[in-house]
Amino acid sequence: MALPKYTEPHYRIWHYVYIFICTCVFFFLIAPLFVIFPLSFNAEEFLSFSEGMKSLDPDAFSLRWYKDMIYGTKNPWGLAAKNSFIIAIFATLGSVLLGTVAALGLSSRHMPYKGLIMATLISPMIVPLIISGVAIFFFMAKAGLAATHTGIVLAHIILGTPFVVITVTATLSGFDHSVTRAASSLGSDPVNTFMKITLPLILPGVISGGLFAFVTSFDEVVVVLFLAGLENTTIPIQMWTGLREQLSPTILAVATCLIILSTLILVTAELLRRRSERLRGINR
Amino acid sequence: MSSETKQILTTDGIPLEASLKKAERKNKIKAFLLVAPLLLFLLITYIFPIGDMLMRSVDDKMVTEMLPKTFKSMEKWNGNEMPPEEVFKSFYLDFQKLVEEKRDGKLSTQLNYTKNGFKSILKKLRRKAKNFEEGNYKEQIMAVHKRWADIEYWLAIKRRAPAYTSSKYLKGIDMYKNEEGKIVNVEEDRRIHRILWLRTLEIAFFVTLLCFLMAYPIAHLLATLPMKYSNLLMICVLLPFWTSLLVRTASWMILLQQQGVVNDFFVMIGLVADDNRPEMMYNKTGTYVAMTQILLPFMVLPLYSVMKTISPSLMRAGKSLGGTPFVTFWKVYFPLTIPGIGAGCLLVFILAIGYYITPALVGGASGTLISNQIAFHMKSTLDWSFASAMGLMLLAGVLAIYWIYNKLVGIDNIKLG
Repeated sequence: MALPKYTEPHYRIWHYVYIFICTCVFFFLIAPLFVIFPLSFNAEEFLSFSEGMKSLDPDAFSLRWYKDMIYGTKNPWGLAAKNSFIIAIFATLGSVLLGTVAALGLSSRHMPYKGLIMATLISPMIVPLIISGVAIFFFMAKAGLAATHTGIVLAHIILGTPFVVITVTATLSGFDHSVTRAASSLGSDPVNTFMKITLPLILPGVISGGLFAFVTSFDEVVVVLFLAGLENTTIPIQMWTGLREQLSPTILAVATCLIILSTLILVTAELLRRRSERLRGINR
Repeated sequence: MSSETKQILTTDGIPLEASLKKAERKNKIKAFLLVAPLLLFLLITYIFPIGDMLMRSVDDKMVTEMLPKTFKSMEKWNGNEMPPEEVFKSFYLDFQKLVEEKRDGKLSTQLNYTKNGFKSILKKLRRKAKNFEEGNYKEQIMAVHKRWADIEYWLAIKRRAPAYTSSKYLKGIDMYKNEEGKIVNVEEDRRIHRILWLRTLEIAFFVTLLCFLMAYPIAHLLATLPMKYSNLLMICVLLPFWTSLLVRTASWMILLQQQGVVNDFFVMIGLVADDNRPEMMYNKTGTYVAMTQILLPFMVLPLYSVMKTISPSLMRAGKSLGGTPFVTFWKVYFPLTIPGIGAGCLLVFILAIGYYITPALVGGASGTLISNQIAFHMKSTLDWSFASAMGLMLLAGVLAIYWIYNKLVGIDNIKLG
């Protein structure tokens, strides 16, 4: 940001102070993530930079914690990763299905009690997770679903649908309903119209809602802590246990993998957002 | 002209008005049927269980059902002097029945919640009661332990007679119903919950304030920079937003530990001595630092989306009318960003007030919040009704804040970045 030539000196100083403050905040936001990356390649068992690492000695770096993560005998990361992916995929499918259908109904101008129903549908997002955890645990315990994959998937559908409902309703708010009327007038039945006309147009919203649901499920720990048994351990549970008991560098290896995963998700979400804006004709 | 001729008919001969109403109703049902599956699912698995929490938090039927005869005979007792023989007799009968069914342990846990000291005297009573002779139970029970001759303990039992109780809620704010049925504070040194509530509010407030102070400048920078730079910088906000909460907490644990990077840096620049490294984790400092960084994106994104809509020509107009940059900022720009500030602050505050994971990991004993207490009672003490009561008190607070949020910005304006 260039300053005009005529700027008075004290505003000039203020401007540099402002830039400095912003740099500090950005550093505060992003730097912690980058500490994990080099430390996960540490050859030693400590969670701080060794002398060798500071002088960039190649012997101070190794892949031993990544090997431990994949091949380590005591490490349940394999089972945890499998569980996490299975649970997250089913929870995402469930959330997307229920959420999209509900969003279609909510966006109809004929929907009665819209405000109240919307508030109910997105309540799992507003209620603190610990309370959701307690409530869902009571239900699952009564239904005999505690410590089962089904129970956790259902719990994650509860937590994931609000995101889908919000993103899909947002996409539908710019939706031109005359195209569906055109399709019907040309003899298409409602299901066909939805599959061929509506769905492709709202797909970016559906997918980005699905991404939110996936991340919510994949990263969720509070509710799973109440629900999971030994068989249903997930990556967040393993990380939670690891962080509480002893910080081992293996956790950092896992964390690095998770950061890479979140970067991929971020890129996808960003691309989708732009595509959706283009499709809806919002020019910025 | 009569009204009949004015009526417009459709081709089927049905009045247009009726036909339209029918179509409207059909559309309404159609829309509702689309929402119904999710609504039903959430009602069964989520909304009703929250109602169940409410029932659990006030439910006190357990003791009522365990001592039915005792409570019946206690109805006539005024509570001014020791209860009559009849009460002792029915208590003895109820208690013997519980011992037979091996449920006396539960009773002693429950009664101990009401008044400390029941555990040992019930154990003693169970031992001695085997050799009781018929008749004059009052004397026999009172001889077991001197506390059985203390009217306070009998009043404590009587207090558990109603099937519903508010005691869990009172306990949540460090109060209880005393022997005379008055609501009073617990002793000064045992007031743990009020401290926790205040600490939760304090931490949520300061985290919100810190987030606001840090987010405002960067949101402004993001909104005023040209697109190609701001998109790059936006990644700094969005990457932490999408990264696992546990990963971010883990990174703070590495940074803040005593042999950690931040302490290393402080030693290097000579701020602290190597053997005198400050404790930055497992206390409030850790909670503040980690929570501020984790919740910062939730403040930046609503601020950014509001600032993005403010036209730069407004600032130019302010300046051309003779305002200095500071005056134009304060009088023109700042008031326009207030909706964003409201949204961001309330969002961060709501999230902070119910935070669990980060305080549990980096907070230690002095940095934990009310959520940690709820989880503790759910998992360790298994006092689920108390956990429910605390949870609902927290929920009531959050809903109140949320109601304000809805008034200020509206439910539909939640931006997800």
